[in-house]
Amino acid sequence: MSKRKWSGLLAGAVFAIASQVSLAADELTILWAQWDPADYLQELVKDYEKQSGVRVTVETVPWPDFQTKAFREFAARGDAYDMVVGDSQWLGAGSTGGHYVDLTSFFKKHNVANTMAPATVEGYAEYPKGSKKYWAIPLEGDANGWAYRKDWFEDPKEMAAFKKKYGYKLDVPDTWAQLRDIAEFFHRPSEKRYGVAIYTDNSYDALIMGYENVLFSYGGDLGNYSTYEVDGYINSKQAIAALEMYKELYQYTPPGWGKTFFHESNQAITENMAAMSMNFFAFFPALDNPATNKYAKVTGYFANPKGPGGERFAALGGQGVSIVKYSKKQKESMKFLEWFIRDDVQEKWAELGGYTCNAKVLKSDKFRNATPYNEAFYQTMFMVKDFWAVPEYAELLDGMNKRLHPYVVGNRGSAKKALDGVASDWTRVFKRYGRLK
Amino acid sequence: MIGRLEPGSIAAKRGMSDLAIRNLFIIPTIIFLIVFNIFPLIYSLGYSFTDFRASMNAPANFIGLQNYRELLADEYIWINFATTAKYVLVSVGGQVVVGFGAALLLNREIPAKGLVTTLLLLPMMMSMAVVGLFWKLLYSPSWGIINYALGLEDFEWLSNPEVALYAVALTDIWMWSPFVMLLCLAGLSAIPKHLYEAAAIDRAGRWYTFTRITLPLVTPLLLIAIIFRTMEAFKTFDLAFIMTSMESTELIAIRLYKMAFQEWQTGKSCALAYIVLIMVLAITNIYVKYLNKAKER
Repeated sequence: MSKRKWSGLLAGAVFAIASQVSLAADELTILWAQWDPADYLQELVKDYEKQSGVRVTVETVPWPDFQTKAFREFAARGDAYDMVVGDSQWLGAGSTGGHYVDLTSFFKKHNVANTMAPATVEGYAEYPKGSKKYWAIPLEGDANGWAYRKDWFEDPKEMAAFKKKYGYKLDVPDTWAQLRDIAEFFHRPSEKRYGVAIYTDNSYDALIMGYENVLFSYGGDLGNYSTYEVDGYINSKQAIAALEMYKELYQYTPPGWGKTFFHESNQAITENMAAMSMNFFAFFPALDNPATNKYAKVTGYFANPKGPGGERFAALGGQGVSIVKYSKKQKESMKFLEWFIRDDVQEKWAELGGYTCNAKVLKSDKFRNATPYNEAFYQTMFMVKDFWAVPEYAELLDGMNKRLHPYVVGNRGSAKKALDGVASDWTRVFKRYGRLK
Repeated sequence: MIGRLEPGSIAAKRGMSDLAIRNLFIIPTIIFLIVFNIFPLIYSLGYSFTDFRASMNAPANFIGLQNYRELLADEYIWINFATTAKYVLVSVGGQVVVGFGAALLLNREIPAKGLVTTLLLLPMMMSMAVVGLFWKLLYSPSWGIINYALGLEDFEWLSNPEVALYAVALTDIWMWSPFVMLLCLAGLSAIPKHLYEAAAIDRAGRWYTFTRITLPLVTPLLLIAIIFRTMEAFKTFDLAFIMTSMESTELIAIRLYKMAFQEWQTGKSCALAYIVLIMVLAITNIYVKYLNKAKER
């Protein structure tokens, strides 16, 4: 081979390597769960590519594998993902495990704590609670709300029958007791109509979040978040009454409802099965779309009702976006986050269907009137509470699932026994990790 | 002794030398086994004595037998083992009955025997995940064909803690009975015909022939099938995990998965894996002992 040919080949190889390096520097990868908001984000980041020339790919993983996949990558200290849109419970493990980049100075520099809704900053970004240390930018605000069949509720015959039976007007429930009455009223298995659809899946946090909606509104709590004491909190009178209420609701669910989450909850409406359905607001766009829900026009939405003491809370869903410590493109990721928190970008994010956490956009009439469920979402985001975000949260979830599921679905034992068991299991876990003496 | 073959010798022309076989096949296999089996096995044994959590950037601290002590004192682990034992008993028992029964039927002269045998083998060729999802639909109280066919209305198979485990075991029986059938069929076809002819001349009854000729001669292969199926059933994960996640169907492999990859208690899950390994080895040894006895007869 001639000298000229060798030089040509060498130049070609150098060019190929150089272009690979430049291509890699111009790409960012975000890991998220496989659901509609991830598609909206993929759509949104096209604008970023146009403006900066950096291509952003949102790589998705099915929900059941999401946590495992993310932490497997963290455990391997892998740089496959530059950012991860992680669950709020991951904050403890992500921060103390050294997997997330500390974003406290980013927060201060860009005044993020004041531009995002306070509940989202506390829920998706701060760890430990009250420490003013931040590990994520609130990305997708979410919480539990309700979809219901307006045509069933507004049917004059049904309204008259309901009034006759319960003594008050059939309407969107104001309290959990009313919600139970309505579920009981519409529960007609012989007509293949059922009262309510709630979460019962015990493989992650579905059942627990479903229960949390009632628990917090009943004045109960998971424990003392400062001292980690749980005995007397998670098995309090309020917590027991809330669990009994959740079990009561289970009896008005469609058949085979023992392991259900967001997919089944939406199906309860789209398949004309249930009068009311608990679900995350993030799944309501599918219910409002006539292509995916033929009852879209007669589907209404409401926020969680009140407990017996008038308190009203909802389980926090949603996620924040964190920069992965092992990413080689942390600076580029920071630049992306700077772009993402801009008001105009947040407005576009909301327009695409993402649930912005930007307080200004959230409060705007434009956002609140944009969809039939945005108002309920807006109300809910000011009354959210979350599960423990400690690194051992998965053990806490598993312990609670083991106690609640047999009681709610399997009709075994009592609410008190189940919650006493949770208190005992959690105390053991917190003692093992040195949080409780 | 391994040696080189003379070039041009008849042996060399026929194939590779022992040396070549050793270098090309045996050594790579041993290296593969050491790297992917033996090394992780020893490494995980070390982890089982530590508080290591793979999800945290913290060193593993030696804690002696604490993981083993905690696991053996954990009431839930024993519930998981009891559930697994029940599942193994029902599932393997069902497979033996159905598989052996099908083999006895297929050992006769029936029309399209080859086609029927092939069709019966189809379930075990399917993926566990596909079978799990498929049976989940069949069991559905709202639109599943099982309730429709049995007239059970809204009977809940997979949400009912009393029934869910048996529903999963039934799926496993459907899937793996053909495996037992195949081994039994091999055993049955190897029984010399003259033994049955002698029994017929002696006017032996069907039951007598079955218990004195068929069963003893097919037992070694049946035991091999039971060993394989018991080991597999003991480790069952995917089927139960996909079909239902009730507390009453949480098999030990599911607990192990949750401990290792959801809770990230790496050290503790390694200890549990060793406890499971010891149990599987113990059960297999009992079977092998019976197998040797059966062979001696």
